[in-house]
Amino acid sequence: MLSDKLKSTGLADAADIQAAWPAEERLKKGPVAVVECFQEIPCNPCETSCPQKAIVVGQDINALPRVDHSKCNGCTICVSRCPGLAIFVIDEKYSEAESAVTMPYEFLPLPQKGDTVEALDRQGQTCCQAKVIRVVNTKAQDKTPLVTLAIPKGREKVVRFFKLVP
Amino acid sequence: MNTLDFLIIGGGPAGLMAALAASDFGLKPLVIDENQKLGGQLIKQTHMFFGSKAERAGTRGFDIGTELAGEMEKRGIEIWSNSPAVGYYPDGTVAVLKNDKLHGLKPKAVLAATGASENFVTFPGSDLPGVYGAGAVQTLMNVYGIKPGQSVLMIGSGNIGLIVSYQLMQAGVQVKAIIEGLPNIGGYLVHASKIARAGVPILTRHTILEAVGEDQVKGAVISRIDDKWQPVAGSQQNIECDTICLAVGLTPLTEMLWQAGCQMNFVPELGGQVAWHDELMMTSIPGIFTAGDVTGIEEASTAMLEGELAGLGAVKYLKGDSKELQCRIDDTACRLAGLRAGPFGQKAREGKCKLKECRIKQV
Ligand SMILES: Cc1cc2nc3c(=O)[nH]c(=O)nc-3n(C[C@H](O)[C@H](O)[C@H](O)COP(=O)(O)OP(=O)(O)OC[C@H]3O[C@@H](n4cnc5c(N)ncnc54)[C@H](O)[C@@H]3O)c2cc1C
Ligand code: SF4
Ligand code: SF4
Repeated sequence: MLSDKLKSTGLADAADIQAAWPAEERLKKGPVAVVECFQEIPCNPCETSCPQKAIVVGQDINALPRVDHSKCNGCTICVSRCPGLAIFVIDEKYSEAESAVTMPYEFLPLPQKGDTVEALDRQGQTCCQAKVIRVVNTKAQDKTPLVTLAIPKGREKVVRFFKLVP
Repeated sequence: MNTLDFLIIGGGPAGLMAALAASDFGLKPLVIDENQKLGGQLIKQTHMFFGSKAERAGTRGFDIGTELAGEMEKRGIEIWSNSPAVGYYPDGTVAVLKNDKLHGLKPKAVLAATGASENFVTFPGSDLPGVYGAGAVQTLMNVYGIKPGQSVLMIGSGNIGLIVSYQLMQAGVQVKAIIEGLPNIGGYLVHASKIARAGVPILTRHTILEAVGEDQVKGAVISRIDDKWQPVAGSQQNIECDTICLAVGLTPLTEMLWQAGCQMNFVPELGGQVAWHDELMMTSIPGIFTAGDVTGIEEASTAMLEGELAGLGAVKYLKGDSKELQCRIDDTACRLAGLRAGPFGQKAREGKCKLKECRIKQV
């Protein structure tokens, strides 16, 4: 169910986020897609782009995407295919102290691997520093580059964007 | 005087799909558009589209436009660009202005796929330079590469308001806020969320009281509003900005259909006055078809499918029925119904339902 907060501000509340969150067991095993698409809209590129068939929208194209996290291997293909830019890949196995979060980033200039950036939450507020550990921009992604940030453990549910440090 | 089978007025997604569908069944349509470039609204849409694979979801709007235009060229379908249709005469002649010359075309079937125009709202200062329609801003930026200003207040949180805000941000323009009178965001929440996380507040239940500035926009005064749309005392805020962008809806561009004498009906769910049409998009006048935003403000994906239906309808009208044609019609109609099946299709569903009843009442 959509929260009133999401409907009136565009900001998902804790219950919305929890509904999309993979099981802790699955998170421990490595990168996995988190699909933050909470509203019934006529859309399904997430389903058609996933090689593992981990996301299902089904016959009714307005249905919400359902994710089988056990089938997802965290390949990130769906992240750049989603027109809503609503999919993130979380890797809690990245290191002892840090997790990695992969997000779509359609702005210029692109950050470079190794840059330190300010990680932002869903409201665009700075919540911590982060290090850019990967930038991928292939032709297949069709101008939706993917940026992966290393963030302090415990911030996986919070960090959804970033800004460059001038 | 020219004669031709099928004239398509408007080269947006609806018109182009109609041309391709008609050509699949051997018709030789002529597509005219007032712009230089084919594609209608698509040419300025740099974001990825929603919908299903069959409607090219996940592809950027302008790429869809280029693909469709390329397919037209491949098939050798005749196109007149820079050629507005300026009148419809009682004998069925369509007057088209091309190279400063008026041409009288007398097609056996005609499709009005003319799209829609932007709505405006008035408030003190709304006539100041710096107040734009969102579509105009999108054209300036994405077709001509010109920034409208440095800082923008967006009015309206439908998909157009959200998408144009995002594109302004991509162009390096600061979006100060998006305001919306209704209690909830009108467009897709995934769009809203991606704007919010870049730090732009979306303020529902807010309105603009006035634009500030002497000879150009220097800012705006906004306010919270209550259930009756009255400003809440003490909630006024000044926003500094050099541009105010209005994304407050579209109205179907129906002049051709009025001139032709088609039965018109006022259906608020569809955006205003629209022509009654049957399942194959034929209006009350046999041989005159309509499709896309001009029959109700929706989406490019639905416009494409309505266009396809209209093209197939013209084939049926001119060449009669066939099993193959009927199969294709059923498939297209089924996909269109599928797109409209969700909560976002509700308005269109209800509107189209009302429109259908209008004919029954009049007949
Ligand atoms: C900012 C924005 C974002 C959008 N995002 C999406 C999205 O993500 N997904 C989606 O599915 N839809 C989206 N849409 C909606 C979509 O663009 C429209 O619904 C669609 O373009 C309608 O197609 P159409 O062919 O009916 O009209 P149009 O695309 O408007 O084409 C009509 C054409 O007819 C021409 N014309 C009009 N009158 C005449 C005349 N008298 N003589 C000659 N030519 C004439 C016009 O110049 C125009 O080229 C968006 C729209 C906007 C404005
Ligand atoms: S990350 Fe890869 S495997 Fe997982 S859902 Fe996306 S496309 Fe499928
Ligand atoms: S592609 Fe993205 S926006 Fe579309 S249904 Fe899937 S998750 Fe939602």
